Amino acid sequence: MDAEYGLKALRVRSKMTDPRISVIEGRLKKVNSILAVSSGKGGVGKSLIASTLSLALASKGYEVGLFDIDFTNPSTHIILNAEGISPTEENGVVPPKIHGLKYMSIIYYSGKRVSPLRGVDMSNALIELLAITRWGSIDFLVIDMPPGISDAILDLIRLVKKTSFLMVTTSSKLAFETVRKLTSLLLELRVPVIGVIENMKMRESSFIQEQVKGMGLRFLGEIPFDYSLEEAIGDVDKLLKTLFAQKVEELAEKIISQPLRN
Amino acid sequence: MHEWALAEAVVSTVSQIAEREGLRRVTEVKLKVGELQQIEMEILRFALSELKRSSLLEDTEFIIETEKAELTCRVCGHKWFFKRIEIDENAAEAIHFIPEIAHVYIRCPRCGSPDFEVTRGRGVWLESIKGAKQDD
Repeated sequence: MDAEYGLKALRVRSKMTDPRISVIEGRLKKVNSILAVSSGKGGVGKSLIASTLSLALASKGYEVGLFDIDFTNPSTHIILNAEGISPTEENGVVPPKIHGLKYMSIIYYSGKRVSPLRGVDMSNALIELLAITRWGSIDFLVIDMPPGISDAILDLIRLVKKTSFLMVTTSSKLAFETVRKLTSLLLELRVPVIGVIENMKMRESSFIQEQVKGMGLRFLGEIPFDYSLEEAIGDVDKLLKTLFAQKVEELAEKIISQPLRN
Repeated sequence: MHEWALAEAVVSTVSQIAEREGLRRVTEVKLKVGELQQIEMEILRFALSELKRSSLLEDTEFIIETEKAELTCRVCGHKWFFKRIEIDENAAEAIHFIPEIAHVYIRCPRCGSPDFEVTRGRGVWLESIKGAKQDD
């Protein structure tokens, strides 16, 4: 007996018939831990923390990938001075290595041009890159997230089930409010949250720490505002000598020392 | 999407559906391929024929249809078709890997906006699967 599944039936299950979805899990099979560096707010230092954390983990001998999925405003390539590199094609695309990191970004395709994308387009671009990128066997995949509680977060929760979230806030109540909301969503959906780091701290205050602990989350530490950081952008050697990098290295130690969901 | 990665995705998805539906074998798969992604058909066909070996899809015939990529401007409503020859080589290659990169390089020919929708022919999708049930 022949069973025919026609157009109408498949359209009802359209999510199941996007062929890209089925290979994403396999592409990340040999990635031990996935860390999404997130915040509801922009400008809190996600990209600098994601880049420096990746470098810190790599310096400890781990195989690390860095995936910039802030498609409309990518910036990790500027931090890493990632120029003149591009992925190679091999049954998909293999990210090139820079400063010891396997590095993937939309900039290989968009260059320095503006990429005005609506939510659905960002979602499609993410699915495409998840489906074609061959990370191979690595210990950590650090994801530099776009700000907001939107497509990228929802897509990672939906498609990359082993993602753990690392939340970044500044000392500002305004930044923390977005972190609180995003975290409450993740906790509601039982998605692992590693903890919260307070970045760009300028004065003594225990407000964030108390709030984080009040939510039952791990406070991962504070990073003082580092005036030398701007000059180190684009110069990895200089970056790794900053106070900021020292603090991120301490963060890396905390991440290594605790078991993450596989 | 790279043709081999795409073929792998198609074989994997068809296998999952076949398993879910209790198909003993898959005889025919209809695929639609949008022109925006500029898939090399020869490579896709070859990759499918290589990847289907030793699977439920061993005897599967792949019927591949292409669909013109239709773009519709959200600002002025203008509709037009994507034409490979109208854009430069680097842009075409970037769109091949990530079709959304179209918004980086292409503008509405009428009003110049990058805010358009790919209303047809973006990527690749399964249209239908034919096969034999496990329990006849």
